[in-house]
Formats: sequence, structure tokens, C-alpha cells
Amino acid sequence: MILGVVNEKCSGCRTCQALCSLQNLAVWNPKKAALKVIPRFPKPGEYEVGVCNQCGVCAKICPAEAIYRDRDVYLINEEECTGCGLCVEACPNNVMVMLGDMKAPFKCNGCGECISYCPREALYDVCGGDKK
Amino acid sequence: MIYGYNQKLLRVNLSTGRISVENIPDDVVREYIGGRGFVAKYMFDEIPKGADPLGEGNKVFIAVGPLSAAFLPSSGKIEFGAKSPLTGGYGDSNMGGHLSAELKSAGYDMIIIEGIADKPKYLYIDNDRIEIRDASEYWGMGALDTEEVLKNELGEEFQIATIGPAAEKLLKFACVSHDFGRQAGRTGVGTVLGSKRLKAIAIRGNKDIKVFDPEGLLKKSKEMYDTIFSLPGFTEWAPYGTADITTWVNNVGALPTRNFKHGYFKPADNLTGRDIREKILVKDKGCFCCPIPCGKYSKVEKNGNEYYVEGPEYETIALCGSNLMLENIEDVAYVNYLFDNYGIDTMSGGGVVAFALECCEKGIITPEQVEYKELKFGDLDSIEYLIHKIANRHGIGEILAEGTKKAALVLGKGSERFAIQVKGQECSGYDPRNAAATILAYMTCDVGSHHNRAWAITYDVEVGRFEVKGKAEKVIWMQHVRPMLDTLTVCRFPWIELGFSLDDYPTVLNLVTGFNYTWEDLKRLSERVWNITRAFWAREVEDFGREYDWPPARFYEEPTIGGAVDGMHISRDTLEELLDRYYSLRGWDKNGIPTREKLEELGLSYVAESLGL
Repeated sequence: MILGVVNEKCSGCRTCQALCSLQNLAVWNPKKAALKVIPRFPKPGEYEVGVCNQCGVCAKICPAEAIYRDRDVYLINEEECTGCGLCVEACPNNVMVMLGDMKAPFKCNGCGECISYCPREALYDVCGGDKK
Repeated sequence: MIYGYNQKLLRVNLSTGRISVENIPDDVVREYIGGRGFVAKYMFDEIPKGADPLGEGNKVFIAVGPLSAAFLPSSGKIEFGAKSPLTGGYGDSNMGGHLSAELKSAGYDMIIIEGIADKPKYLYIDNDRIEIRDASEYWGMGALDTEEVLKNELGEEFQIATIGPAAEKLLKFACVSHDFGRQAGRTGVGTVLGSKRLKAIAIRGNKDIKVFDPEGLLKKSKEMYDTIFSLPGFTEWAPYGTADITTWVNNVGALPTRNFKHGYFKPADNLTGRDIREKILVKDKGCFCCPIPCGKYSKVEKNGNEYYVEGPEYETIALCGSNLMLENIEDVAYVNYLFDNYGIDTMSGGGVVAFALECCEKGIITPEQVEYKELKFGDLDSIEYLIHKIANRHGIGEILAEGTKKAALVLGKGSERFAIQVKGQECSGYDPRNAAATILAYMTCDVGSHHNRAWAITYDVEVGRFEVKGKAEKVIWMQHVRPMLDTLTVCRFPWIELGFSLDDYPTVLNLVTGFNYTWEDLKRLSERVWNITRAFWAREVEDFGREYDWPPARFYEEPTIGGAVDGMHISRDTLEELLDRYYSLRGWDKNGIPTREKLEELGLSYVAESLGL
């Protein structure tokens, strides 16, 4: 599963962000989501969604080699992660987060729940997986 | 710590510059829940009796609820409240957008703004870092323009609420704006911020909120989304938003037209959700976690310029469209933009302009007072002229900026008969004169006439518009249920517009907090808040009573003209009967004042004492 987005469909509701943090981190914190909704208002009145396309830049830059590939997605081995934050800085789409008391960054693990619950069907699996 | 809350209140005194963070006690959380409950409780307790709404003693209360910031359908509401400069009584207003989630994530459930700054300021909240910053360079700027400038300066992650120049000039129905088109529009809460010289509030938050049962909540919330996705309204209502109802309201003869003289406006066929979609829509725009984006972000061109505006929503279509007899959606959207950037409530704004136009027609406003311009319904230039005058308090605008009730007192000559307001607040966009529950809802709404507490027009049409039996009961039921959604700070639209069940709300509240509430419990808490707000009126307004619940004579003396209920109106006797029944069911006396017995039954002895009962 690799996330894709059709920006034109997004209504900016950030359901994806709220779901992502509750689903994966068991807290409410939209800012900890592994995707971002960026509004462009008042002009031109658009939303741009930053998603993880599993490009692997994070894995390449990780000095502890704590980020590994598992089928389509890159995952973080939290035991090996030193929390240096280099990957967060390097992420080209700015969708890795390490906030507050997090010991390791959080990134998209390909759970795909945001695709299932995006009310506008703005998110999809570029690998062609069906919605739920 | 109670799950689902920060239990923190941020208190900011603009006179002294003092900033403090206080605990919100467990019993307040359990008994008042959040949002509107918090606003009413703290307003009653903290505003000194007789405080001038625009003076040092008034405060602005901003509250979120236990469901704010949640992965939960339509959980993005935030409540603003203050003693109203428009009505002199209890005032609150809520809005959607993303401010609610941001405030909660910054670590607060509530902000209380006190005092008056010596110079224009804005409040900067970045989690624990709180600053009162200079806003001199933004003073005088439009509400939408200020948000844009602050976003550019602080960054997109900040959520920002602003006021416009109308609030700075203390126009009495100025609103709070956010997210380029969401407004806490009613009762003049923006005016109170203007009087305090607080131009904006900018918030960034990135803290966790812990939930009692995260797994249970995740499962339940997903079920709720799945249900909403399956309801017909998800695909049929959401594309058009609130404007979807224009045609229905017009067809039942309840579309305010020509200052509520008529209930039917033929050109309203051009003021529908479809017209927005086909002619001016830029983007469907949703509030936090809302699956049904009713925000219709639009663009119109006027005089060679492009104007971006969210809307028009139904209320704006009714009050700035048909009520002013504008015949196309582009003109209504343009008026919407003018009001939004001035920071004026479009509902009161439309009501005041309609009142002024009728006064001009009748010669009550003299040609001299409007610079000998011939001002007419349906003429965009006339309407724009009045909006600029009102917003800037120029000429006739000085009188009109006080709202229709006070303007009618000044203008006299019988104009109070068609000053379409109750308690000083201009009526919502449904002609109530042929709908018993709707008019009772306007009369008894605790912020002055407004549809939010009990939107009864569909019920009236369904069960018989002049039928009196059961109407007071239904209004009270709605007045308990709908404000509870404002207390939880979730939007009512999934329920109202899509038919989503109310049953899930206590369930999710309990999953979030670990409480064990039923709807019966919540309605009881809601009734208690309703009695507090009524008591606030009784305490603050010296001669408060039945007379304040009375609507303008147009509604019970003048038959509506044209449309489905041509020639009809509700009678004065029916209104008296409705009020008697309502007060009796509420446990209030014949003058509409809560009795000591009722307040004690609700655990509000201290409220009874403060009223001297």
C-alpha cells in the first residue's frame, strides 16, 4: 500500500489526520499524523495534501539504519532508532513527525485506514488496493 | 485528570497584561461538560451584575468540549460567549473550522479574555507560550485580510480568529471570523473583542489528548463515519450545503422577503445550492473532521475585481438575498463578502439593511439622512451604500449600527412594528408568522431570536403550522438537545440534515471520558444551563420578563403576502397561549422568570439566591 492523493478532491477536513493519530498512537493529536493537509486560502482556495510515498529517503539518511523496507513501506525499528531526527528533517514531503515526548519519529506504515475514511475519496492506494 | 479534557483554563487580562492558567475543577467538568455549558457557567459566575457589555467588567469566554479535536464526525465546533452588546443579555455563538481542535491541542479547554487593552493587541498562543502582542498594524484591516496577513506571518499551522473594522467601531452585531469564512456570528461577541482592542487570537497546538478507551472510540467513530457514508444525504445534501433548503423554504412560504413582508420570492429559484455549485463554487470546504463539507468556497467578480468568500450559506441567502430582494447568487455572494470582511454577522446585517430599506420607503428615514439617494429593495448599489454606512458608522449608519431594536427606538414612527428582532437580535431566515413552534422558538431563544436552539420549521409544516398542541413541548425538547451538541462542541448537521442518530453521542462521550451519561442525563444538564442563561437575563436586565419574549407586530398582525400561506398569520392570543404553556412546562412563573423551586430542583440554589428569589 502506497498512499496517493487527488488534491482537487480534498475538502480540508483533516479526518485523515485525526484518524491517523488515534489509529496508530492511541491519542488525539492531528499534528502527529503521518500526512498533512495544507490549505491555500484565501486565494486560490485549494488544499494540498502531503503524503508519504515511501520514497525511502528516510532510510537512506538514517545513521542508525533503523528504517527498513517491509514490502511496499518503510518502517522504523524503534529499538534501534536514536531519535536524532535527521529523517524528519530530510523527509521531502514533510510527513514524518517527532513531537513532544516521542522517542522515535512516526511515519506512514501503510495501514491504509485514511483511505477508507477520507470522506472525499481524495486518498487512494497507488498500488491499486481496493478501498476497504 | 479527566480523560478527553486538558482541564485547563487560560485567563488573559488585557488591562494588566496578566496571563494565568487555572484548573477547571472536576465537578464543573462533570456538570457543565464543555462548550456552551462552560461559557454559561463562567459567564453567570464571573460577570459582575450590571456590567457594561463594552466595559471593563465584560469578558469573552471561548470554550471547546470533550469531543473537540476528536476523530469523530463533525467535531470542530467552538463556542464564544459574552454579555451581549446587541441585546444586553446572555450572548453566545459558535463556529466550525479548525480553531477548536487547535485550542484543545494547545492544552486548553477554555480561554477567558478580561479587561481592555490600551492599544490594539492580538493573543498569541503556541502551546505553553502565551503572549499579548502588538496589533497596531492590523487595526482597521478587514477580518479576512487580517487572517491572511497573520497566516503569512506566523505560518499555516496557526489557526486564527479575527475581528474586522466593524467590531473596532463597536457596531453591535460584529462577529468573530476564522478559516476565511467561518463566523461566531451572533450576539455581537466580535464587538466585545473590539471593545477590548483584541484584534485576533492565533493558536498553535501539538499536544496529545488522552482518551479513556481509545480502541473503543476508534471502533465507534469508524462506525459513525460508515453510517454517515451510507446515508442518502451524504451524496445528496453535502454537495449543496445549507443552501440546499432554499427551494423548500420558499415553497412552504417561509422565505423572508422584503423585510419579512412576504414569505415567497420567485427569483429564489436562482439562489439555491445548485446555483452556487454551477456558477460560483471554487471548493467544497469542510470543518475539522467533517465528512459533509457544507462550506461552499466561492468566487465572484464585481467591478473588475475578484472576491473570494465562503458561502453564501442558507441564512445569508435568506437574509441578504430574498429579504433584500436580490435576484442572483453572485450579488448575494458579494454582499456576503462585504459583511465578512467588515466582520459583520450576515444575519443581523441583512436584517438591519432590510429594516433600513423599508424605513426609507416609508419616509421614516428621510432622504436627507441618506444623502438624497433613492434606496430600494433589490438594488445592489442601495444595499452596498447602506453596508458601508453601517460598518463605518457614517450618517444613518450611526443609528443602524446599534441593531434594529435600538434603531427603531430612535427612528420611531411605528418602525418597531417591522423591526424584525426579539430581545434585540435580528431573526433568522424563516418567516415564523405561520409556524407556531418556529415563532415560539424565536421568542424564547436565550440569545434573542435565533434558529440554532430550536429549528422547528420542518416540524411545523409536518404536524400543522397553526397547531398549538405539543409545540411548546417540542420546542423545549429541541432547546435541550441542540444546545447539548454545542456543549459537546459537535455540529448538528449530521443529525439534522442527514438523519444521523443522536444515540451515539452519549456513547462516544463516555468512551472519551469514562463517564456514564445517558441522553436523559445530558438533557437534564442542558436544562440546567438553559435556566442559568435565563437567570442571567433576569439578573442583568432590570425589567426582564414576558415582554422581552414578544416578537414584532408584523408577525401577528400582518398577513403574509403571496406564497403557500398567503393572507395568513398567527394570532396574538395564540402567542400568549404558547408562552403560558412554555413557561408552565419550564417551571417558570407567568412572567417567564425561573422559580426558586425549579432552580433548586436543578441544583441551582446559588442562582436562585443571586436573583433574590
